[in-house]
Amino acid sequence: MAGIAVSTTINGDAVEYLCQPDETLLDVLRDRLGLTGAKEGCGTGDCGACSIILDDRLVCSCLVLGAEAEGRRVETIEGMAHGDTLHPLQQKFLEHAALQCGICTPGFLIAAKDLLAKNPDPTEEEIRFGLAGNLCRCTGYDKIVRAVQDAAIVMKGA
Amino acid sequence: MNFDPRFSGRKFTSVGTRPIRPDGIDKVTGRARYGADFNMAGQLVGRVLRSPHAHARIVKIDTSKAEKLAGVKAVITAADLPDLTDGDAAMYDVLDNCMARTKALYDGHAVAAVAAIDARTARQALKLIEIEYELLPHVTDVDEAAKHTAPLINDAIFTEGLEEKPVKPSNVTKRSQFGHGDVHQGFGQADFIVERSFKTEQTHQGYIEPHACVANFSSDGTADLWVCTQGHFVYRQHCAQLLGMEASKLRVTSSEIGGGFGGKTHVWAEPVALALSRKAGRPVKLVMTRDEVFRASGPTSATSIDVKIGARKDGTITAAEATLRYSCGPYAGSWAEIGAMTAFACYKLDNVKTVGYEVLVNRPKTAAYRAPSAPMAAFAVESAVDELAKKIGMDPVDFRIKNAAQEGTRSSYGPVYGPIGIGPTLEAVKSHPHMKAPLGKNQGRGMACGFWFNFGGQTCTDLNIGMDGSVSLAVGTVDVGGSRASLSLVAAEELGIDYSQVKAIVADTSSLGYNDMTDGSRGTFSSSMATISAARNAIKILRERAAQMWDIAVDDVVWEKGHAIARGEKHGNLGKLSLKEIAVESGKTGGPIAGHSELVADGAGVSFATHICDIEVDPDTGATRVIRYTVVQDAGKAVHPTYVEGQYQGGAAQGIGWALNEEYIYGKDGRLQNAGFLDYRIPVCSDLPMIDTQILEIPNPNHPYGVRGVGETSIVPPLAAIANAVSNAAGVRMTHIPMSPPRILAAIEAEREWSK
Ligand code: FES
Ligand code: FES
Repeated sequence: MAGIAVSTTINGDAVEYLCQPDETLLDVLRDRLGLTGAKEGCGTGDCGACSIILDDRLVCSCLVLGAEAEGRRVETIEGMAHGDTLHPLQQKFLEHAALQCGICTPGFLIAAKDLLAKNPDPTEEEIRFGLAGNLCRCTGYDKIVRAVQDAAIVMKGA
Repeated sequence: MNFDPRFSGRKFTSVGTRPIRPDGIDKVTGRARYGADFNMAGQLVGRVLRSPHAHARIVKIDTSKAEKLAGVKAVITAADLPDLTDGDAAMYDVLDNCMARTKALYDGHAVAAVAAIDARTARQALKLIEIEYELLPHVTDVDEAAKHTAPLINDAIFTEGLEEKPVKPSNVTKRSQFGHGDVHQGFGQADFIVERSFKTEQTHQGYIEPHACVANFSSDGTADLWVCTQGHFVYRQHCAQLLGMEASKLRVTSSEIGGGFGGKTHVWAEPVALALSRKAGRPVKLVMTRDEVFRASGPTSATSIDVKIGARKDGTITAAEATLRYSCGPYAGSWAEIGAMTAFACYKLDNVKTVGYEVLVNRPKTAAYRAPSAPMAAFAVESAVDELAKKIGMDPVDFRIKNAAQEGTRSSYGPVYGPIGIGPTLEAVKSHPHMKAPLGKNQGRGMACGFWFNFGGQTCTDLNIGMDGSVSLAVGTVDVGGSRASLSLVAAEELGIDYSQVKAIVADTSSLGYNDMTDGSRGTFSSSMATISAARNAIKILRERAAQMWDIAVDDVVWEKGHAIARGEKHGNLGKLSLKEIAVESGKTGGPIAGHSELVADGAGVSFATHICDIEVDPDTGATRVIRYTVVQDAGKAVHPTYVEGQYQGGAAQGIGWALNEEYIYGKDGRLQNAGFLDYRIPVCSDLPMIDTQILEIPNPNHPYGVRGVGETSIVPPLAAIANAVSNAAGVRMTHIPMSPPRILAAIEAEREWSK
């Protein structure tokens, strides 16, 4: 079967790849481009571990086809830090121990970044509902919510 | 080994602080490599074909069409995993569970597998495998399965543990009994008795990372396995045994693990991946889908439990009895036995008796889930305890305090307790502000206690000191929730150096001696003990080297705060040598400096918790909301308090899901109907409040720092605490978990009918 040629932008870099028509963007990122930061927890849009930002919109990359990235902007966890400097959310997740196993962490960080971009000063409830599409089985979410609250304060000050 | 593991009171410098974990940056940048994040050159994609039937004889498997499909490199069935278990019944069950041999025993049971050049080809190949099944009657309910009339799952099984050997086979594989005293007499002394039956449904650990591995069988007979596991050494033994290879020829590397909670202590796909790789002559990556994770891995037991407790007017329990039936899946297990041991472990009882029955059902093989078997038993017992307190007219906390086990109490499962934390957690709850906070309309408060044994076990650790004074700590217990940070703290503490100088890693099976699983809350307990021992061995060498550098007797050198100090007036002008100064010179004083330790960690120290929660129930819909939740638990000594809190919160959240939402739903056809996160709903962020924690520290006398396991106990009380809260809010006793809205509504309506 012939592959589809796709030109897109991933974390600011121009990227080209060939993919099959039924291949998800998550599979392309992980298997073709070596960007394994996005995780597959379910493959059905229920866990948020595969979260990425596509043209300023938070999406589950397991529900997007690789071919759909044509001409668009993709942001993944690999592009969140600036070189050596962690994003405030990344830093706060570490300080608050907002991760145990860490498999959900890339998805939460991307979702939280999107949340704070749209609502820089969220209430606890807004954070809880904003992150309700991401599953974490380890933490009970307490420390995740606190890390996001703390990061919001830092980012407002910046 | 002359290591003294006994607790010695000390002032801590590093232990008890909250530094950032060593594996943290990789995890927040997406660089950490989990089971599915590893690839090898020439790697194939493995996929497993699973039975759609709950119970069926496999008459014929025809793989010829699949084999002919372009891009398919291997197809295997049970014939490719011959029985090499040599009479080891438990291992035979593991083998049969990895690949069905004569019968498919549950919906999702593996029957064949393929390795192909890509996922699409592998999926197509599965469709080309033809299997002829002869359907057999099935049973999925634990109570139904225990009846004499139930379809037999394995006609070679006769109930063990009965006084007379049964003449007929049964789905009940074993009866076990614990207790002491005379319950009959005890109930005779009771003024009040509560007797009730309870049910809990099957749940899954729900780790977000599906099982994943990459297997590479080499033509020289050696193999490598990269896998997400809680115990790579145990996986090595099991895989090697099932594949007929020497364990030393199989090297297993544990990836970062995306949650396990007991569910990654059992092999499923790994022997299959190795067999595929052996047949194809190429590396094979096998990753379960979420649907497979639910249908074929995991779950905990479904249970049915009868409890009877009697007490005098003054609140003294005179007798306690429980009969516990736990489902095991289609293979024998010891789940009810563990439930029977833990059921009354919180209490000081003169007359107690528990009986457990292991029941086979056509569901996936039961696997450990965080303090396995204890939450269900605690749900039944703590519900009855609450009800009994009410009957007597006593406060439920005071009633429990009056009957709580203490140091010297003979536990209901046999051993006599050392210093324990049940009393202190209850006292802490009694004075906790949460207990006094006002409740709103339709809100109820519940509390409950929980117990878990904690395990120790075989542990091996290496501590190497680099020439730059850095310390690398190689442990063999998989880090499931931050233990590398805790163990680095322990090494820093013992050596007297800064945390930042230590880096802990998890070593593969070829780099370190055998280690048991990270289960039974043993990771930090046992590896910290081994780390302390290894550090003490390293200190001995550091002292020797310092003595050499100073040219004095080693007995004159002591180790204090990370420095060698020459003791005695005659050495008054020698000053001190830091670990780093000694390390820098090590090339000239005898070579590298290291400490090694291998031990069996004994005396993990039982652990207790008491939880409080407030629940709001909507009387019109039966919907619930968790308003407030507090965990009080004894940690012995919290090495890294933030991660201890994390364990408390995580266990509570899992318990909340179990209590209110989660359950395996089977259709009449014996098929699982909700094998996905959409329909098997685990708590999400908006379902929960903050989870408050209070860490108590009652030192474990069998650990140098007093550490106890902390990982599991936190899931034991929630089912009962929430059931008590819901019962208080709804005004009706809840006896079936999960307390989903329809069940609560039905209970409320039944109560209304009854009181008309
Ligand atoms: S993997 Fe995409 S939502 Fe779960
Ligand atoms: S930290 Fe393990 S799932 Fe979130």
